[in-house]
Amino acid sequence: MKKVYCKPESMTDIEHKYCPGCGHGLVHRLVAEVIDELGVRERTIGIAPVGCAVFAYDYWNFDVTEAPHGRPPAVATGIKRVLPDRIVFTYQGDGDLAAIGMAETVHAANRGENITVIFINNAIYGMTTGQMAPTTLLGMKTTTTPFGRDKNLAGYPIKVCELLATLAGTAYLERCAVNNVKNIINTKKAIKKAFEMQKENKGYSLIEVLSQCPPNWGLSLKESLKFVQEDMTKQFPLGVIKDIYA
Amino acid sequence: MKKLMKGNEALGEGAIKAGCAAYFGYPITPQNELTEYMSKRMLEEKRVFLQSESELAAINMVLGASAAGVKAMTSSSSPGISLKQEGLSYMAGCELPALIVNVQRGGPGLGNIAGSQADYFQATKGGGHGDYHLIVLAPSSVQEMFEMPAQAFALAEKYRNPVMILADGVVGQILEPMEEVKVDSTYHGDRSWVLDGCQGRAPRKIRSLLMEEGALEEHNIKLQKKYKVIKEQEQRCQKQNTEKADIILVAYGTSARVCYSAMLAARKKGLSVGLLRPLTLWPFPVKAIAELTGTAKAFLTVEMSAGQMVEDVKLAVNGRKPVHFYGRAGGGMPTEEEILKEIEKI
Ligand SMILES: Cc1ncc(C[n+]2csc(CCOP(=O)(O)OP(=O)(O)O)c2C)c(N)n1
Ligand code: SF4
Repeated sequence: MKKVYCKPESMTDIEHKYCPGCGHGLVHRLVAEVIDELGVRERTIGIAPVGCAVFAYDYWNFDVTEAPHGRPPAVATGIKRVLPDRIVFTYQGDGDLAAIGMAETVHAANRGENITVIFINNAIYGMTTGQMAPTTLLGMKTTTTPFGRDKNLAGYPIKVCELLATLAGTAYLERCAVNNVKNIINTKKAIKKAFEMQKENKGYSLIEVLSQCPPNWGLSLKESLKFVQEDMTKQFPLGVIKDIYA
Repeated sequence: MKKLMKGNEALGEGAIKAGCAAYFGYPITPQNELTEYMSKRMLEEKRVFLQSESELAAINMVLGASAAGVKAMTSSSSPGISLKQEGLSYMAGCELPALIVNVQRGGPGLGNIAGSQADYFQATKGGGHGDYHLIVLAPSSVQEMFEMPAQAFALAEKYRNPVMILADGVVGQILEPMEEVKVDSTYHGDRSWVLDGCQGRAPRKIRSLLMEEGALEEHNIKLQKKYKVIKEQEQRCQKQNTEKADIILVAYGTSARVCYSAMLAARKKGLSVGLLRPLTLWPFPVKAIAELTGTAKAFLTVEMSAGQMVEDVKLAVNGRKPVHFYGRAGGGMPTEEEILKEIEKI
């Protein structure tokens, strides 16, 4: 019988601690599948963020290091500069990447580091239980925007891909989602392309993935998938934002 | 053959000769010559140099390069070193070796750019969050600025711990003849933790987050055991005329240079004065100081600070003899005459 589905070698057997419906587990798996398919597991070094995905180092079956909150791009830079033939990627939430770590994000991108960034945008701080993120939508209620995000108090949701697209150092930026099968398949394609580009020394790539966080959004899984489709994609349109090789 | 070199540049060349493979730094006076020197020499040597966007980024680049198994370093001065503290705590927790250089300037705040020794507490007591220690070395000449990076890397690798060279603006800027003696450039210690891709071995993880019941306490016990070994085995100091001296001056770095002159002047006047200069500030040379409490009548600690190391001198003396202090804070430097006056007061 032909085997059509199994656990990627790049995943461990450790049970995920993520909430039901969380996007992190899905994206972990897509990354693992891509690394298997490219045959680079034994020369990949991942950088886990501070955020719900900090436990990624338990779930991936290759070398992984932790980084202080927001600093994965700097840690990745340090590794990639001394081991340029390894595949180095960061995996970061929106607080990690676009709030506390925005300077590291912008400068690693601007230097055109030959790394891959997997950016999980769930519009909220998951790990610290539901505070506003830089990507929280206007009007969205969080534990620190109890009346909804007010642009006069908290500014606007940041479009990371569009921001980085202005930098000459970035090569490939795409925004995807994991709220339905079609989008999941597309996310995997984008992640694969980003890792392939790194393999070919084609420069900095970032894949933003709109991801659901049902408990902190206060929504059911079904409502969460709909929220991604109807609300998040309005603020964060899906698609290739930049591809200098296209 | 001796040549004339600036302290900051000698340190850079010493680090290169010690095998430093990657330097990451952000400009700040009075250590800029070091960053500038590395920007040229590291590229000539086909090694990694990167001017980072901040000290936060620099220390985390060091964290990455160290995790990848190379000798890595960063340098800065006081305000920048404050920014590195989070990264240093992570590196201590993850047990990553690296060299951090602090060419101290006056504080607090933006302070000034004069040499200072006001970061002693920060350097020797942890500095960042959590129960940890850096190993801290204190150079007082251009020669030592050249030789200490090799010692620092060796200690860092042996104990898998970040090591700081705590210099100051004076020893960083001074121009002195020095000799490029041969220094050790081998990698010390085991490399069974290095992240370089899991080819032919099980994947490795570097982390300081230990959430399982009791795991973090266990890790802390392990770290404290390591610190105990370091305290027992690595105390280093230089003693001059301390045998049978009545008064022992205790000073490190630049203030030790001034104390040396003051000691000679005092001895000329017939006063019985010796000098103990800590080469390691952590571990502090407790044993050598405790030994001298038998023969010495009093200790005088001299610092370019409002009084920081003096607390460790008092702990080492442990009430057996009086411990005096003379210091100048905010970039002020004790003079030979001032120290002599303090000696005569005792
Ligand atoms: C220096 C520092 N500040 C704050 C925190 C607390 N903290 C942990 S995770 C987090 C935000 C996580 O949100 P995000 O990056 O969006 O990831 P998610 O958990 O949503 O996946 C914060 C503020 C920390 N660990 N370190
Ligand atoms: S809190 Fe949100 S991001 Fe964190 S595991 Fe749960 S669903 Fe995922």
